Amino acid sequence: MPRFALVAAFLGGLAILGASLFLSLEHRYTPRGAAGTLLASAIGGPFRLVDQDGKTVTDADLKGKWSLIYFGYTHCPDACPTALNDISIALDELGPKRAEVRPVFITVDPERDTSQVLKSYVTAFDAPILALTGTPEEIAQAAKGYRVYYAKHPEADGDYSMDHSSVIYVMDPQGRFTASFTHESTPEEIAERLKKLLA
Amino acid sequence: MVGRKLLAAAVCVIIAGAALAQTGQLEVSDAWARATPAKAETGIAYLTIRSPTADRLVSVSSPVAKKVELNTMEMSGVVMKMRPLASLDIPAGQPVTLKPGGDHVMLTGLNGPLRDGQSFPLTLTFEKAGTREVTVAVEKPGAAGPAPQR
Repeated sequence: MPRFALVAAFLGGLAILGASLFLSLEHRYTPRGAAGTLLASAIGGPFRLVDQDGKTVTDADLKGKWSLIYFGYTHCPDACPTALNDISIALDELGPKRAEVRPVFITVDPERDTSQVLKSYVTAFDAPILALTGTPEEIAQAAKGYRVYYAKHPEADGDYSMDHSSVIYVMDPQGRFTASFTHESTPEEIAERLKKLLA
Repeated sequence: MVGRKLLAAAVCVIIAGAALAQTGQLEVSDAWARATPAKAETGIAYLTIRSPTADRLVSVSSPVAKKVELNTMEMSGVVMKMRPLASLDIPAGQPVTLKPGGDHVMLTGLNGPLRDGQSFPLTLTFEKAGTREVTVAVEKPGAAGPAPQR
């Protein structure tokens, strides 16, 4: 029955492909985003971290507002300030709805990014940003929930940079994953999408 | 009289400058950097290089940081990676622009914060054209490009 097995494998593959395509595209076109879909539960999760003032913040504290969550590190001068600035510009477009959205920066470099370092970093941006750090284990747990990849990349002179997923996650006021943006999203696109989600 | 002489001199300088540009000198322009937070250790600078003949940028230096190097940002899927570049090819007649999301000048171990509105010198060494010193204008922390002439 090799023929049967072949057909079955083909159909199975097709089903997986279809499902993943559906999952990846669906939330882009519905007004509620991914909320209520399988994706909503696949991204996000519990975490316990400290903010730039040394105060403990958990995933539960983010509820009640929309969150724009970005994982990065302060020694990253290219992608991270770009993402934070895109968020700042997009939020300025929201008008009074601006107050309903909280930008969150979670470091993937807890070794160098202490609360004090984060405080000095985020105050340089126009938007008020909640910046979070923790122990390496706490950061690993948060990143795992958000499917964020990060790894230390050592340089010849003992310095290092961090390879990391550069994604902006939109979580709704109930803490459910709703949409995401990448480095290719412009501030205008982010603003448009947020306006629809917050409407 | 003096005014007229000065004017003539200025015209000469302008003509000479224009002629120089036409006869084909490598030029570095629109150099800008992002302002950094008070205690930041890393900064970044971007610029545009035009050369009538093929050349190669082999090193960068500046007194504002302990280590100044060429870096590139690579994306593999959504994963961002920064890697040092040994050199940067400048094709003949084609401007090469270092900008966010690509190649850049990485400043590590800043001696002090880069403040919006300030400027600092940056020296670029090319394989054939030799060195060029440019003034880098510091823009806002997340600026996406050089500001129009201030």
